[in-house]
Amino acid sequence: MPKDSGIGASTKRREDIRFLTGTGKYTDDINIFGQTYVHFLRADVAHAVLNGVDTTQAAAMPGVLRVFTGADFEAVGSIPCGWQITDKHGQPMQEPRHPVLAHGKIRHVGEPVAAVVAETREQARDAAEAIVLDYDELPAVMDMKKAIAEGAPKVHEELTGNLCYDWGFVEENKAATDAAFEAAAHVTTLELVNNRLVANPMEPRVAVGEYDRADDMHTLHTTSQNPHVIRLLMGAFVLGIPEHKLRVVAPDVGGGFGTKIFHYQEEAFCTFAAKALNRPVKWTSTRSEAFMSDAHGRDHVSKIQLALDADNNFTALRTETYANMGAYLSTFAPSVPTWLHGTLMAGNYKTPLVYVNVKAVFTNTVPVDAYRGAGRPEATYQLERVVDMAARELGVDPIALRRQNYITEFPYATPVAVEYDTGDYHATMDKLIEIADIAGFAARRADSEKAGKLRGLGINSYIEACGIAPSNLVGQLGARAGLYDAATVRVNATGSISVMVGAHSHGQGHETAFPQVISEMIGIPEDQIHIVHGDTSKIPFGMGTYGSRSLAVCGSAMVRAAEKVINKAKKIAAHLLEASEGDIELKDGSFSVAGTDKSVAWGDVTLAAYVPHNYPLTDIEPGLEETAFYDPANFTYPAGAYACEIELDPETGHVKIERFSAADDFGNIINPMIVSGQVHGGIAQGIGQALLENCAYDADGQLISASYMDYAMPRADDLPFYSVDHSCQTPCTHNPLGVKGCGEAGAIGSPPSVVNAVIDAIQSGGMNVAHIDMPLTPSRVWAAMHGARTNAGAAQPAAGSSDTAHARSIGGAA
Amino acid sequence: MYAFEIERPTTLDAAKAAIAAGGQALSGGQTLIPTLKARLAMPETLVSLHGIADLKGIGTDGAGRICVKGATVHKTVADETAERFPALSYLASRIGDPAVRNRGTIGGSLANNDPSACYPAVALATGATICTDRRDIAADDYFQGMFTTALDEGEIVTEVKFPVPQAAAYEKFIQPASRFPLVAVFVARFADGVRVAITGASESGVFRWTAAEEALTATFSPDAVAGLQVDPDGMIGDLHGTKEYRAHLCNIMTKRAVQHAS
Amino acid sequence: MKLSLRVNGRDVTGDVEGRTLLVDFLRNDLRLTGTHVGCDTSQCGACTVHVDGKLVKSCTMFAVEADGAEVATIEGAAAPDGTLSVIQQAFQDHHGLQCGYCTPGMVMTAASLLRENPKPTEHEVRQYLEGNICRCTGYHNIVKAIMAASGQEMPAMAAE
Repeated sequence: MPKDSGIGASTKRREDIRFLTGTGKYTDDINIFGQTYVHFLRADVAHAVLNGVDTTQAAAMPGVLRVFTGADFEAVGSIPCGWQITDKHGQPMQEPRHPVLAHGKIRHVGEPVAAVVAETREQARDAAEAIVLDYDELPAVMDMKKAIAEGAPKVHEELTGNLCYDWGFVEENKAATDAAFEAAAHVTTLELVNNRLVANPMEPRVAVGEYDRADDMHTLHTTSQNPHVIRLLMGAFVLGIPEHKLRVVAPDVGGGFGTKIFHYQEEAFCTFAAKALNRPVKWTSTRSEAFMSDAHGRDHVSKIQLALDADNNFTALRTETYANMGAYLSTFAPSVPTWLHGTLMAGNYKTPLVYVNVKAVFTNTVPVDAYRGAGRPEATYQLERVVDMAARELGVDPIALRRQNYITEFPYATPVAVEYDTGDYHATMDKLIEIADIAGFAARRADSEKAGKLRGLGINSYIEACGIAPSNLVGQLGARAGLYDAATVRVNATGSISVMVGAHSHGQGHETAFPQVISEMIGIPEDQIHIVHGDTSKIPFGMGTYGSRSLAVCGSAMVRAAEKVINKAKKIAAHLLEASEGDIELKDGSFSVAGTDKSVAWGDVTLAAYVPHNYPLTDIEPGLEETAFYDPANFTYPAGAYACEIELDPETGHVKIERFSAADDFGNIINPMIVSGQVHGGIAQGIGQALLENCAYDADGQLISASYMDYAMPRADDLPFYSVDHSCQTPCTHNPLGVKGCGEAGAIGSPPSVVNAVIDAIQSGGMNVAHIDMPLTPSRVWAAMHGARTNAGAAQPAAGSSDTAHARSIGGAA
Repeated sequence: MYAFEIERPTTLDAAKAAIAAGGQALSGGQTLIPTLKARLAMPETLVSLHGIADLKGIGTDGAGRICVKGATVHKTVADETAERFPALSYLASRIGDPAVRNRGTIGGSLANNDPSACYPAVALATGATICTDRRDIAADDYFQGMFTTALDEGEIVTEVKFPVPQAAAYEKFIQPASRFPLVAVFVARFADGVRVAITGASESGVFRWTAAEEALTATFSPDAVAGLQVDPDGMIGDLHGTKEYRAHLCNIMTKRAVQHAS
Repeated sequence: MKLSLRVNGRDVTGDVEGRTLLVDFLRNDLRLTGTHVGCDTSQCGACTVHVDGKLVKSCTMFAVEADGAEVATIEGAAAPDGTLSVIQQAFQDHHGLQCGYCTPGMVMTAASLLRENPKPTEHEVRQYLEGNICRCTGYHNIVKAIMAASGQEMPAMAAE
């Protein structure tokens, strides 16, 4: 019998009411008296020396308050990078200055070069057209491998070259790994591209800067996943505003998927300009601007090799990846291809030796940073493709090959420096085989073939790491911030509760799920509990929401704070009941003395805390409010098995997803309805990556897929109903809720099964196509089926140069 | 957008006067408004055709042609031609999305002549007549390349007259981002022969595939086009499909249109 | 330019520029901020409203073109006492929204669909949504909510 409230109940979301009635409050809905508007003039060339910016005519245009250029920001800090990687020689990565407005050089199409603040949005845009840029165009640095060759043009003159870092992990394992390859009975090699994506939350970014001269107080309203992080980065590193003079508010945020984690120039600009002009300054991104200014995701070119012994046991794995950083280092960019990718390269398998090499490269493109999954999809995709390819080469069942190599004993220390606390990969595979009706596949394939179609089945496992921590470890790994979280549980006099949480909800349903936990702990109705988030003036502290961390980290902080509250409330109850504190039990919103019928209600205890007439004032303070910070002992490790079944039209190369099944182990589940929704959305993004989405540049650095006319967002009729299950649960062993996180799994686990399915379909038609790079557009699939290069594409010259990853470095077109 | 005025005449004469005075026609706006947002056009005055009752509606003329007035929206065409000309109805029912179909008009589509628009295919394949406020233009003379038509400056498409084929079908393979045709083929079989018009594929906009027309006129069967090949030179090659792929799809979509023609 | 129209059953007037889009008039002049803007190419559908009963993208229509029209937005979808419409309620019941940004457009589109086609198939629902992009839900629960609002049995696959 499903529960109807508390942990495990599919409580309907309370936040839905405002979203369904049009009364949500998103940043663009905020309008402040006296507000002005900024329009950013953005570079339309990828790489140029910027000799000068003539703003004379623009400054004189109607409604213009001021035109800003890079020179106005010389005295402020660089947009900071939050993670420093140490390369394989022990040297720190190269870290260029990242200006608020381009100064001296233009480094990517879309980079803000000047900013016009005017009374209306259209006046600002009119004036921006009157700005004259004097620049000398330079060759665009686009191809990662050419970029790090001797003599290549440099994106940043002050650096030694375009190589940000060359990272080896674990460097000490390299020799042993190479030796294992020498001794292998079979080696499978695969070169592949993990295509560049644009996160595309449906709400474009918005920033409204405000300044109160009376008390020298800055306020930034922004579309952020982590307002405290923005306050820290912008206040301390860019504008030099101390935390107590800077408030950052992230109200309702219309999706993030990673790209709203980062601190952006537009936020710093609006905060800076609001003070400079003593007027509120608002920026609302258009979708076209979003394509060229939101940090992009993925964009790896990798070679992966798997070594097996004569019994098909995996003996070693090695990879070589080129990771595109774009023109500047976005907030967490350096961590994505390293700690979020290399540490997951063991996957679900007991491969004893793993070596990962990553070369991060600067190019004249939009900065690349975390996008849903961040590093883990790139790891999973490589690994699960090469395992599938090995199974084909060896003629063995891909499920059996995986099962044979699964890790089965926990905790398990991988050769890539992480320790999986718990898991059961056979259980999720068993569940997958059931829900995907793999037994019925052969019959379905026969039906498809009768209709002139090819049908394919793709399977994969995945593991990911969520709730990145502990802080002392990530500090050693280069993080410039702690990765704990915080919560304050404020019990009101009449017993209702406000919980101030550092996590930020932008679709995840925290306002509903977090009260389920508190309700379960105290035994009062969920509607007596209110979640407050997204405002640095209301929340004690917080690191925000990303990396599927909200419940595992912030939820744990909330539990700890609630435990403190309960402990104090028990003292009060003991006093009221004239009993020993150790005998007090809390159940269903009532404190009772064990073994007696004496009890006092939650509300009477909370009232006593605030009206302390009959109260142990000598022992405890009045009031009932507690804060906890929680720093996890380890990552959490969600894992599972996914299956995709596709039908391929051999005449057109069009792939239709017929069935998609996901069996996940997320540990304990607070709200199954919300968890399923998170998986659905992740799967859609993974299918989007595999079949549709491609952020493409031409060789001159122009963004080709710069709007929804060319960037293919998954639509309702591109997708099926999904079959998802999360009944396999091995609870996390080191956080109080036993939860692992579910936000990214769908996007991590789904691309390989889609590609595996398409390859399966093509091979079932008798064509020996080993691999096609994502997205598997009809044109690419058709070309591959007709013997063309696996990455053949017309529009992107850099892509069509060769059929090996070694000679190309951007995902191809078509 | 740059600033402009909007005039909303209720008669064609008033619209013509406003356009003669320098105005630019605004029909459904489903292409023009995004263009204006990108500041790719700078009109001083837009003349909305939306309020002109004489420019809306669907009828039949003495020659049995289906006559669609220029400012008729796609949804109306889809709803009102379903029995008389199902292939036209189907084409109109799959343009854009439901909201676009409630605003976008046949006249706007044909005046713009996007190389990936749907309407040019049916107009050319049926040998429709495009009537303007000045003259009647045969479809074969009307389409003159990507975004280029026989229309003069300020000329308004007032009506499109479609001869109804004995059998016809429209097969569209969509570009997954824009949902416009990557390649779409309209096949129309008349007593005196078959016409095949292809949109989305060519750098020159909609075109007639004459080799297929001859083969299908001889034998109206899907197999008739099996050995034919459109020359990839002149096809569009882009992010979504190579020239060779588009040329291939011309063949496949034509074959399927013949299969489905009714 | 002056215009007068009815919005959610209320007579309103305005004075706008020619270039003022209907969505900007709704959001900025009438403060009806439930209608959202998610793109500039008429693709995403976050701005979808009804004009004279017809589904329209309010970012691709000028405000003056709505002069004299009846406009319905998400703010008018629930009953005056706050009771959600059948469609709104189905979206909550079936978790058909996450971040909520596309939701107003989805609800307005669903209302239009069910008026035209009270018992749509799954395929018809998906096809009708082709002008509305959601990045959060993968559409599973949106399709499910609309099917449920139409009072139909749920396909087995949609059960989860």
